[in-house]
Amino acid sequence: MTAEIRNYSINFGPQHPAAHGVLRLILELDGEVVQRADPHIGLLHRATEKLAETKTWLQNLPYMDRLDYMSPLSNEQAYCLAVEKLLGIEAPVRAQYIRVMYAEITRLLSHLLWLGAHGIDLGAMTMFIYCFREREDLLDMVEAVSGARMHAAYFRPGGVYRDLPDSMPKYEESKLRNKAKLQRINANRDGSLLDFIEDFTNRFPARIDEYETLLTDNRIWKQRTVGIGVVDPDRAKALGFSGPMLRGSGIAWDLRKKQPYEIYDRLDFDIPIGKNGDSYDRYLVRVEELRQSNRIIRQCVDWLKKNPSPVITENHKIAPPKRDAMKSNMEELIHHFKLFSEGMHVPLGEAYAAIEHPKGEFGIYLLSDGANKPYRMKIRAPGFCHLSALDELSRGHMLADVVAIIGTLDIVFGEVDR
Amino acid sequence: MASRLSLLTDQLKRTLNENEIAGLKQALNEITLETPAAHWQTVALKLRDQLGFESCLDVCGVDYSEFEDGAWQGPRFAAVYHLLSISNNVRLRVRVFCPDDNAPTLCSMMDTWPGVNWFEREAFDLFGIVFEGHPDLRRILTDYGFVGHPFRKDFPVTGHVEMRYDEEQARVVYQPVTIEPRELTPRIIREENYGDR
Repeated sequence: MTAEIRNYSINFGPQHPAAHGVLRLILELDGEVVQRADPHIGLLHRATEKLAETKTWLQNLPYMDRLDYMSPLSNEQAYCLAVEKLLGIEAPVRAQYIRVMYAEITRLLSHLLWLGAHGIDLGAMTMFIYCFREREDLLDMVEAVSGARMHAAYFRPGGVYRDLPDSMPKYEESKLRNKAKLQRINANRDGSLLDFIEDFTNRFPARIDEYETLLTDNRIWKQRTVGIGVVDPDRAKALGFSGPMLRGSGIAWDLRKKQPYEIYDRLDFDIPIGKNGDSYDRYLVRVEELRQSNRIIRQCVDWLKKNPSPVITENHKIAPPKRDAMKSNMEELIHHFKLFSEGMHVPLGEAYAAIEHPKGEFGIYLLSDGANKPYRMKIRAPGFCHLSALDELSRGHMLADVVAIIGTLDIVFGEVDR
Repeated sequence: MASRLSLLTDQLKRTLNENEIAGLKQALNEITLETPAAHWQTVALKLRDQLGFESCLDVCGVDYSEFEDGAWQGPRFAAVYHLLSISNNVRLRVRVFCPDDNAPTLCSMMDTWPGVNWFEREAFDLFGIVFEGHPDLRRILTDYGFVGHPFRKDFPVTGHVEMRYDEEQARVVYQPVTIEPRELTPRIIREENYGDR
């Protein structure tokens, strides 16, 4: 007597912690082996691109933070570069250094969240707590400069909103912190923001070593990631992969090196690549990127300490004039009023600006007809492209590996659904 | 960079037939190629196999109906492809207009670049451009059972229906939108050199 064996479908998500957001996944299983995966996305669709058509060029900037909300400043950087390309301007050099430094801080933020969440998905609970310890300091850096921990709205077309502050906010005394503890946790906050960042870059490499002792040679970690979700280099290119997903397959492609934007060509850093194109190699690539980003941040700190200069363009048709100038000068007052009511006008044309976002190539395609609003804005989100390959990557793997594959794709639904 | 772009322009002119190039221009360090929809399939294969564009990074639907406040004369819908050649380190933008405004159709690029799968579904969902030959052209970003193509310029930002919980029927119901459309900052195109001293 033989039992009738049928495939069955299960519904994974949309409220599943391992789905990294609101992903509804329909899995067709043969026993525990995945036959087909059909991701249903769009549960977080907010029509950012449509809204952008009704907002001025500057009003659109904070929407960028809400795309990939784990790396807000990188999104802003791509948008600013696209607008600047259309306007035909370049931000002052100091602004470019600040942007690159914050883009790399954002890369650390994004990779640390990925490492923590990927770890917890595969059973390494400690990683989550370790990574969030460092994220706290990094978020303080973002808060010190912009006032917000996540939705910074700090980069602007033509530069950055303001220069780096001279002091770092300190912890205050409370019932939970006595004097001795307060002194200890405030020790590295006595100087400027740049001193705080410098102190962090000194501490951070040892922290990465800590993560690696937990995972890199861990037998369970290797069993869960080695040989999972393998992509060969040609397939990765055909599927439009970018970022660590491409480098994990052994292709040395990084926009920061190959098509350098801002001041990346003045910095010294290396591009790590993988060999086998599996989850484990992508893990190694991302961890090495943490080290390289730390190097970049350090170089930016050194430059920024030595070179005080303006951080936003003097063109008041693009960036607002200084507050005191506005109070005493009619011309500047008009500029300010026009800029914040009607907004700037961007010449007729189209531009595509791509950056090496922590997750891959993040591009903004802008189509302008000369109005004070974009005619069409298209966001090229790396996560959207990577998630579309989930079906192909997970076929033939076990159900538990699907979690490892979703983790290795490093997706955030803010950008997938837009 | 500039030499690489002019080299690519020459290569494009050499590789493609005259009737396959509807427009070729270089602006802001980017090359834009326009191709008639009828030739797009053969052009795409040439771009991939002869010019080394192994990745298609993005497909963007565009509705030109209100471009420059209605001054637009050409076809209404277009798909804009952003191609990348990793081996030659160069990018190319290809714009293909849909010949029929009422039933915009293009051939699918799934066979050439499998990565365009979801991008084509997205352009179909948001603009109603049908990609012939796509194996699984379903809606992707909008809700199950959504009616219309929301990114078309004649689709209001507020949409046509809203959803609320109905106490009497004890379920979620759809009804026509009750909010008024409003625009805080009007859209303006200024004459050239406006505001220059």
